[in-house]
Amino acid sequence: MTAPDLIRLSGVAKRFTKAGQGITIFDHLDMGIGRGDFVAIMGPSGSGKTTLLNLLGGIDQPTGGEIWFDGARIDRLPEGRLADWRANNVGFIFQFYNLMPTLTALRNVELPLLLTPLGRAERRQRAEIALRIVGLSDRLGHYPREMSGGQQQRVAIARAIVSDPKMLLCDEPTGDLDRGTADEILRMLQLLNREMGKTIVMVTHDPEAARYAGRILHLDKGRFVENELAGARVS
Amino acid sequence: MNDFTLVRANLFRRKLRAMLMIVAIFIAFLIFGVLASFERAFSSGETTAAANRLVVNNKINFTQPLPLAYLGRVRGVEGVRLASHFSWFGGYYQEPRNFLIAFAVEPDSYLDIYRDDLRVTAEERARFLADQGSLLVGDVVAAKYGWKIGDRIPLSSNIWTNSSTGGRRWDFTIAGILRPGKPQSDTNLVVFHYDYLNETRGVARDSIGVVVLETVDAAVNETVAARIDSLFANSFAETETVTEAAFNKQFAAQFGNIALIVGLVVGAAFVTILMIVGNTMVMAIRERTREVAVLKTLGFPSPRIFRLVLGESLLLAFLGGIPGLLAAAAALAALRPLLAGFAPGLALAPPVALTGVGLMLLLGLATGALPALNALRLNIVTGLGRD
Ligand SMILES: Nc1ncnc2c1ncn2[C@@H]1O[C@H](COP(=O)(O)OP(=O)(O)O)[C@@H](O)[C@H]1O
Ligand SMILES: [Mg+2]
Repeated sequence: MTAPDLIRLSGVAKRFTKAGQGITIFDHLDMGIGRGDFVAIMGPSGSGKTTLLNLLGGIDQPTGGEIWFDGARIDRLPEGRLADWRANNVGFIFQFYNLMPTLTALRNVELPLLLTPLGRAERRQRAEIALRIVGLSDRLGHYPREMSGGQQQRVAIARAIVSDPKMLLCDEPTGDLDRGTADEILRMLQLLNREMGKTIVMVTHDPEAARYAGRILHLDKGRFVENELAGARVS
Repeated sequence: MNDFTLVRANLFRRKLRAMLMIVAIFIAFLIFGVLASFERAFSSGETTAAANRLVVNNKINFTQPLPLAYLGRVRGVEGVRLASHFSWFGGYYQEPRNFLIAFAVEPDSYLDIYRDDLRVTAEERARFLADQGSLLVGDVVAAKYGWKIGDRIPLSSNIWTNSSTGGRRWDFTIAGILRPGKPQSDTNLVVFHYDYLNETRGVARDSIGVVVLETVDAAVNETVAARIDSLFANSFAETETVTEAAFNKQFAAQFGNIALIVGLVVGAAFVTILMIVGNTMVMAIRERTREVAVLKTLGFPSPRIFRLVLGESLLLAFLGGIPGLLAAAAALAALRPLLAGFAPGLALAPPVALTGVGLMLLLGLATGALPALNALRLNIVTGLGRD
């Protein structure tokens, strides 16, 4: 008997109309992701990986089917409720970091806490802790432009975990980094998964990166091909 | 950190651009503050005018004279209770820049007709009437030059020559101080005997500036005005009789149509700045489309983002506008002593300041509305673009 999945997709469809022509990215997608899973999603460019992540993160809506998170259906929530849900449950990590250029590392990390009832001192303290976790205690006052790519991505990770969401969604988090830095970031994600129990869904086209995950899903032509890399996992 | 930190950080992300916009807004509000205050100071006469006082002008222009004989004929018109006259002296004290509003008047009737606005004691009045070379001085003028009753004061005219001396100077003794009868009464003037001027100026004998009269009731103003003007129709000096309020306005218009200039300059400045700032704000927010999308991704509700953008344009308007108004207040304070003669009570009045703040609010909302709406409506996936 296994615990119910954290995320459940059932019959999810996503269609676009582009220049008067309908494009179907998924027709009928079914998938479950368990609590504490670290899932890598691979697939050719344009196969819909980002679209899938957007659906999981509640920043895009499916044109059909249902998306369940932690026992509640999220795909039909109105915009305001969905924003609330994202703030509480999801941390996003992007390929190009997407930090606010006008804010210091500390303030970038504090940003999501403005959506909580926490007081000023508490917010600052939590942001500092998050930055300590990613090893950037000495960069609190630095602006994104003053940091390397790897450091910026660590700030982005700190921002993603600062409000303690259950799930992290990462879209090509190492796509802009060299091998060594990429491995650092991936080890950090692995640690967050193992030590802090974060459920992670990571899109990547890099097989090396995918090896850090516990489970790899191949997305192609709107279908999943599971590829459990038993034994091949990086430990 | 709070939302205001975000607003500030966003506004100043491009310091030069922000500073240029602030300076533009600063200048607009400086101009507004100064011009609107001038306009107010000049048009203050309108509010002090009595409802049943009329002024009889020369029809050609109020600067053209009327014969003194008209006074008696106006007094005979039905519906006229009191009548007097006054003439512009073009006076100054010692130097032309010490400009004074000085009138040569018929003493007794003038004080009667302005009894509610210009107060003198019975003793002062008696002394004034008794001495043809005496002067009544408004309290603000007396305070400005430190004059007291009994002082001998020379006043010069930039219009008349004193035929008894060949110079431009007349000597006066201060008989009394004119005090305001109502809070809004204007006492920035000096008055003296018409006869003194008339007997010594050599030219333009028995001509006067205007006749001022009081009707028995404001309701008959128009009838009385029509009777007077028809009385002098087809004579060599035809008249135009208007209410005192209208006359004061004409008098102010002598210094240029200030209300119109204010309207045009301020209007042009505002439209220009509205377009520049509005356009810059639209571009500034468009540049940050991705950041807006990221804020939404993090869970910032759209209305809050709308407020952040609007807050930015409002902050901009106030950062330029408030210092602009303060600079206007400082400029007016510096000009006040120089222009006391033309524009009494020149200052940044609360209604002008309040209008200014209202305009800032309007400017902020108008320039922020479109970018704020764009941010509000931005779709996250579109905003994040393709990685
Ligand atoms: N808003 C959209 N309108 C039209 N087509 C879109 C839109 N978003 C994505 N697509 C199309 O959907 C497909 C999948 O895109 P995406 O999810 O970004 O793929 P991946 O991340 O796997 O490279 C692509 O062909 C893309 O052009
Ligand atoms: Mg993608």
